[in-house]
Amino acid sequence: MSLEELLLEKKPIIVKRWFHLILKTYPADTVGFLKKQKNQFSNPVGHTISHGIEELFEELLQGMNPVKISPILDTIIRIRAVQDFSPSQAIAFIFLLKKVIREELQREGSENRISEDLSRLESRIDEMALLSFDIFMKCREKIYELKTNEMKNMTYGLLKRANLIYEIQEEEPDLKSSNIINSK
Amino acid sequence: MAVQPKVPKGISYPDELSKVDYKPPEKAWMDTPVVLKPNMFCWGNKEKSLKAVDFPNARAWSVADEDWKLPENWKEIFLEGIRERLDKYRTFRLFMDICVRCGACADKCHFFIGGGDPKNMPVLRAELLRSVYRKYFTGSGKALGKLAGARELNIGVLKELWYYAYQCTECRRCSLFCPYGIDTAEVTIIARELLNLLGLNIEWIAGPVANCWRTGNHMGLLPHTLRDTVEMFKADLETITGVKVDYSFNRKGAEILFVNPSGEYFDPNGNITFMGYMLLFHELGLDVTLSTYCSEGGNFGFFTSNEMAKRLHSKVYAEAKRLKVKWILGGECGHMWRVWHQYHNTWFGPVDFLEEPVSPITGTKFENAKSNKVVHICEFTSDLIKHGKIKLDPSRNDNYIVTLHDSCNVSRGMGFFEEPRYIIKNVCNNFYEMPPNTIRENTFCCGSGSGVNASENMELRLRGALPRANALKYVREKFGVNTLANICQIDRAALQTLADYWVPGVAIRGVHELVGNALIMRGEKERTTDLRGEPLLGKEGGENV
Repeated sequence: MSLEELLLEKKPIIVKRWFHLILKTYPADTVGFLKKQKNQFSNPVGHTISHGIEELFEELLQGMNPVKISPILDTIIRIRAVQDFSPSQAIAFIFLLKKVIREELQREGSENRISEDLSRLESRIDEMALLSFDIFMKCREKIYELKTNEMKNMTYGLLKRANLIYEIQEEEPDLKSSNIINSK
Repeated sequence: MAVQPKVPKGISYPDELSKVDYKPPEKAWMDTPVVLKPNMFCWGNKEKSLKAVDFPNARAWSVADEDWKLPENWKEIFLEGIRERLDKYRTFRLFMDICVRCGACADKCHFFIGGGDPKNMPVLRAELLRSVYRKYFTGSGKALGKLAGARELNIGVLKELWYYAYQCTECRRCSLFCPYGIDTAEVTIIARELLNLLGLNIEWIAGPVANCWRTGNHMGLLPHTLRDTVEMFKADLETITGVKVDYSFNRKGAEILFVNPSGEYFDPNGNITFMGYMLLFHELGLDVTLSTYCSEGGNFGFFTSNEMAKRLHSKVYAEAKRLKVKWILGGECGHMWRVWHQYHNTWFGPVDFLEEPVSPITGTKFENAKSNKVVHICEFTSDLIKHGKIKLDPSRNDNYIVTLHDSCNVSRGMGFFEEPRYIIKNVCNNFYEMPPNTIRENTFCCGSGSGVNASENMELRLRGALPRANALKYVREKFGVNTLANICQIDRAALQTLADYWVPGVAIRGVHELVGNALIMRGEKERTTDLRGEPLLGKEGGENV
């Protein structure tokens, strides 16, 4: 049995343990809510993470396709990018998967038997972490872009209201039919 | 066992990294001191903004500074403020005493749901103040201290109170779930009042309050600027519809005074909503006037103190009296309606110098407005539609696949659910609801209400908007929704930014913008664009030249 097959078999327990470890990155008083509230609209954070990591895990076992993995990572990182985390904490959840997989394999006693496969898989997890870094940066840059845009729009609006600027109009006045010429 | 590669001293082996404990330390909330994080708070108020309305202890201070330059007897002022309010407001005393910490409200706050900070659980946010109340105003708190959930008021506690009082949008979603009927928003309101006694406000609120008191609106727009702005709208409307719309300011003897949020003169999304009103009023030939003195429906005074809210609100009626109008029509605003619905009667009682509003077009008597003499524009317009008094072409909104965000203040604050939906269904062909536990009285706040819609606290706003955006994303993926309609100016100004982060591709629109698009007017030219100048569906080729 290949490592991927073995891990696929253990998917429910691995994803569940991974989920619980991720929740532990939140304050203790918050974990219960994130874990127990199952409604996706009442608990968007818990729901997004639990569904996201399940998909990530499946994709990981099938190889490392950034086109498929990036949008899934995005849903989770977009949230963690605005929560109370430092950049490293925000994407550390990826590395927690290594911990879970190793512990699961240790429990099976099969860690050494497939150590080569394991290091290959762990490299994929590392790749995923690098992707996460890109996504995290994109989210943070977006936040600053949004802040700047709000300021820019406000300043522009004020200048316009104060009649300090006059934009070129899209429709220039039609001089031929203008009243000034025809009013003679 | 694989051989470990040699790594320099002091650096972890790769597999040690996987053993790092990512769990934050577990401490009780009282033992977790507050850390004021940039991106989460709004700038503190300027001295001149508080002075302009005679608020006490006005001074220059900065949130990021260690020293907030508090008056020497700040503790005394704060505690005396609590005492005074306990005597004055029975609700406050009740809300301090009766919470059993059942937790029903805990997971209902958008800031907690989106951010995960336990101090954003409404119960805990209220507990920040309750703990101080217990220490100084209850026997058990005085005797047992921490055991009875009481704590000393010190500078750290004060900073914590300030930080979280401006991490609540007073949306009242939590209060919906409280079995005792505790309105946690009222606790925030009192907390802000108390902080205001110490000159601790935020500029995003204090500035607009001062402007509103002095020039009549949040932005400080002067009369000629308002007139220029509306004149500009008029020119745009003529280009788009071919109709020259009438409007007037400060016209004595008009039948109706129209009061709207001033953001509609300024914010690009609000502009178009206002243009929708203009078209509607013109088409009806409504005898309505705007005012430059009372050019603000919103009331940021409501976010500082009861007295300030009352002062600003009184301007509306002073102007109605001066202009000798019969009744007042109100625009698409959020907290303006909460003030009108929940506070006005306590402050002023029934208004005796205006008439009970009657629609001059349909003859409908708005009995619900008997006391305040003010009608919501959505009540007015849905009544018009019900009586077939306006002609509409919903296909002009076919570019839009619409959902409705129930704005907290009008939905939870005054039970106003059906009218905007009725209008949208008549002016648009594509309308889809978001999931039931995120709309109507369960609606999620935009995350920027109650005066925290500044830019410097963007992270807070994004956290708060997550639950709303999550439901929006769902209808976007399921039905292709590309438009979020709403009837609140803060929504229109703030949600566009928040949607751009969470659900790119969704535009924020006022309901009367959609009305303006669909309204068939006498003497209009064939419309090829909507009120934003965007081509209508099927008219993308542009006008024939």
